[in-house]
Amino acid sequence: MNKTVLEMSALELGKSLRQGAIGVEEATGIYINRIREIEPRLHAFLHMDEDKVYTRVREVEEGIANGKYTGALAGVPVAIKDNICTKGLRTTCGSKMLEDFIPGYQAEVINRLEAAGMIVLGKTNMDEFAMGSTTETSAFGVTRNPWNEEYVPGGSSGGSCVAVASGEAPLALGSDTGGSIRQPASHCGVVGLKPTYGRVSRYGLVAYASSMDQIGPIGRNVADCKALYEVIAGYDVKDSTSYMEAALKQESVGCEKKALRIAVPKNYLYSPSKADTARADGEVSAAIEQAAKLFEQNGAKVDYISMPMTEYAAQAYYVIACAEASSNLARFDGVKYGYRSREAQNLHEMYRRSRTEGFGAEVKKRILVGAYALSEGYYDAYYLKALKAKALIKAEFDKVFEEYDCILAPVAPTTAPRLGESLIEPLKMYQGDAYTVAVNLAGLPAISVPCALSEKGLPIGLQLIANSFEEEKLFAVAAEYEALRGVMPTAMEQKGRC
Amino acid sequence: MQRIDEQTFAQVELLAKLSLSKEEKCYAMAEMEKLLTYMDELQELDTEEVDAMVHVLPQVNIFREDVVTNTDGRAMLMKNAPKSKEEQLVVPKTIQS
Amino acid sequence: MTTQYETVIGLEVHVELATRTKIFCGCSTQFGAPANANTCPVCTGMPGTLPVLNRQVVEYALALGLSMSCKVNQYCCFDRKNYFYPDNPQNYQISQLYLPICHDGEVEIETAKGKKLIRIHEMHMEEDAGKLMHDESNDTSLVDYNRSGVPLLEIVSEPDFCSAQEVIAYLEKLKMLCQYLGISDCKLQEGSMRADVNLSVRPVGSDVLGTRTEMKNLASFKAITKAIEVESRRQIALLEVGETVVQETRRWDENKEQSFTMRSKEDAKDYRYFPDPDLQPIMISDDWLARVESEKPEFQPQKQLRFQEQYKLSAYDAALLTQSRHMAELYEQTVALSGNPKKTANWFMGECMRLLKEKGMDAEQLKFTPKHLAALIIALDKGEINQEIAKTVFERIFEDDIEPLAYMKEHNLLMISDTGAIEAAVDEVLIENTKVVEEYRSGKEKVLGFLVGQVMKKTKGKASPGMVTELLKAKL
Repeated sequence: MNKTVLEMSALELGKSLRQGAIGVEEATGIYINRIREIEPRLHAFLHMDEDKVYTRVREVEEGIANGKYTGALAGVPVAIKDNICTKGLRTTCGSKMLEDFIPGYQAEVINRLEAAGMIVLGKTNMDEFAMGSTTETSAFGVTRNPWNEEYVPGGSSGGSCVAVASGEAPLALGSDTGGSIRQPASHCGVVGLKPTYGRVSRYGLVAYASSMDQIGPIGRNVADCKALYEVIAGYDVKDSTSYMEAALKQESVGCEKKALRIAVPKNYLYSPSKADTARADGEVSAAIEQAAKLFEQNGAKVDYISMPMTEYAAQAYYVIACAEASSNLARFDGVKYGYRSREAQNLHEMYRRSRTEGFGAEVKKRILVGAYALSEGYYDAYYLKALKAKALIKAEFDKVFEEYDCILAPVAPTTAPRLGESLIEPLKMYQGDAYTVAVNLAGLPAISVPCALSEKGLPIGLQLIANSFEEEKLFAVAAEYEALRGVMPTAMEQKGRC
Repeated sequence: MQRIDEQTFAQVELLAKLSLSKEEKCYAMAEMEKLLTYMDELQELDTEEVDAMVHVLPQVNIFREDVVTNTDGRAMLMKNAPKSKEEQLVVPKTIQS
Repeated sequence: MTTQYETVIGLEVHVELATRTKIFCGCSTQFGAPANANTCPVCTGMPGTLPVLNRQVVEYALALGLSMSCKVNQYCCFDRKNYFYPDNPQNYQISQLYLPICHDGEVEIETAKGKKLIRIHEMHMEEDAGKLMHDESNDTSLVDYNRSGVPLLEIVSEPDFCSAQEVIAYLEKLKMLCQYLGISDCKLQEGSMRADVNLSVRPVGSDVLGTRTEMKNLASFKAITKAIEVESRRQIALLEVGETVVQETRRWDENKEQSFTMRSKEDAKDYRYFPDPDLQPIMISDDWLARVESEKPEFQPQKQLRFQEQYKLSAYDAALLTQSRHMAELYEQTVALSGNPKKTANWFMGECMRLLKEKGMDAEQLKFTPKHLAALIIALDKGEINQEIAKTVFERIFEDDIEPLAYMKEHNLLMISDTGAIEAAVDEVLIENTKVVEEYRSGKEKVLGFLVGQVMKKTKGKASPGMVTELLKAKL
């Protein structure tokens, strides 16, 4: 083994730890040093408790030694998006509202990571309450793209994707309500999965839009991503929307035997103008076509199809997400936890001041829009209409999956925008979410895999979408693509960072 | 068509329990207007025959049994409470006399 | 000529269900725990927590719905009702609006004016809010979430009532149904049954409903009666002087016997209901419905009629005995063993009810074994004990469910059946009371009673008075 710890994939590291080639403390220490080195430039993390980490390291060392932890990722560190509750460790959702919130309970996914012998390194930066696509709406400062610090990492799981891309963590958990894992993964050149709605327990994930939120894994390659997915997936009694299936499907998908059928929505590609952000730009479109060609050359059947309903996805998504958010975020009122304004003289003033001072502009905007969309006289025109659009979008996907194994599409219309650029024109940012949000509306699994570098040297990701509960197929196709694509440069190699 | 006038905005603020500053309000009103205009593109869809879809998961009847599983939760509640007294949360008085 | 008005009333009744745990989490619903002890992250609205529905709540809802002849929405869902208030930790209440579990039922009530059908508009499941205590010393309120998430059924009637008598008859009927089904104890005072009164007035003969108000905080039948009377008068007075009634929620102040508006300018009155994405729909199969239907108990009016018929009881007695399903069942089981419906009824309506009242208990709390009371009744019948002793023994059965025969033996309470022992006592009394004996023999037969009394005293009441009289007469 000549690879350094930082160069190893998560699975390679896990193997070395199990074999005793490297100690858990040593490996964790290397990552902590890396974090110390990188953080001043990128700011991927919000908090880390080193004492806690080392206490856990000792537990895990013992667990590996006595056979308690035997899994592929035992001893491997993982970074956690800060909207996933961690017992005894601050969980802020990137908001002043929860600046000092320390949960006395934790997310089911954290229980599962712990049961697998993994080590929680710390909590990563994000757009406030996951509302944003750039990690710039965080109340605690922006996170920078490791490929070029003038650019955003994408969002809202920007911190988690940057941590993995820059080698601060081998793996991370993010959450994806409208593309919040896939889009920053694409912008940072890492692999990120949004599992089928219901596949991973949402218990302990601070809700943004409950009908679409889903926790997912982020890794440097497909195999790592799959390994982390297998740790967190599965039914949880604490989440009524978690899918009750006896066990995860383990049957492998016969890509070799039957030709893989891939659909590429042609109406996602080649924007006629820069102003039209509902389609991918030339560079991204070309990268997707290139990937399609690669599949085709290797025996897949590729068709360019039209998915007109998804052109309404972002509009429907923002109605539903804002409506649910307006209700989900009502609990932040200064009564039970979180920020409470000291100025208030009476109850309603306390509510109003605490919420106005505790939330950032983007969150307030979405809460207001959501309250409007649900209010008397507008419910049918907005909320109900959006639920019907959702039905149409789901039906369109269903139809595609009758004929195809998966859909190949862009993740985002462009590569990562410059810092500060997106928030000037938020609507453009929302429109750019079209290809990711459709997947959340329909509850499907989708994975973002790096496929090219732009002229500016920024990563471009492709998105593979499969039918509900076909994560196995998705991973198989993604792994196949990864192999066909060959080795890509990584952020860690940029400017001699590693 | 203007969707968000002063009165509508005030009503929505009331519902959302927010009271934005003048500047914030100016920005929020304009942004809401833009976003709602965008959302109105949904009206182009013919949904006459379409049922609203709330749940994407094909499952019903998720229950728990009527068995006590929780223990005293006071400490957990009090730990993050902004203001408390005798193991209860304190809020400005709720009934005007 | 002055206008005559009539009052039109509809009711929204909340019934707190007697489940062991809350509707969406595994916290206990036990009454009287220290503030906030019965809480967890779910029922205190902690970020990231999720609700999971208690199956028993659906069972109870169906049981009550079917008992009110409701139609069932076999596919039903939960919705969120959004409003800010500190007793509501999520600032939304999980309830049902679009597809409530039951709708379109009816309940028959009976008042002095006869029988009447009250239509049920709908019935739905929802979660209760926490409790607020007002701390007058510093203008604050204290929040206790023990009640937050306790399951409720809300039963919404049509505006079919025209008097307080009808309202109370209806509430009594609901209470009976719930208690017979074992789904709630329905105590207004403790808040396990709460009735909000929607009231409007209109000129007699008009078929248009007037503007209604909703009255809250009615904690007793007395308060309900008074509030209906006062609110009708208030609305009529407004109309009489040409003013209009404002549609609003009012709060009844029991001490002042007045109501006050609960309106505030912060009251948005727009609950923005939408389907709760955290909870999956409920699908009630035909089999499920059929099972609940088949498990419906015999309710009070039927049971009363059967008791009158089968046990030859008066309507009054049968009504008393069937007030509580539990007591009625204990009664029937006791009769089956004692073979004496009338005497058994007397025990229940006499001593048993006296003790319940004395100890401030409910009939539901009766816990003795029918076999024990039956044994006591038989022993009394056979003359093995006397009435006085039987009462003391019953108290022991009532409290500790003792086995009466063993107990009486152990405490030497059985009648003396040994003639020798009684004869000895008679002899002693005759010797000790020579004067009285003389009087008797001289024809003053009335003194016999005195002598019997003396013997009873000597035998501590355990001799049969008949036998003592016979022996005395013989010896005299």
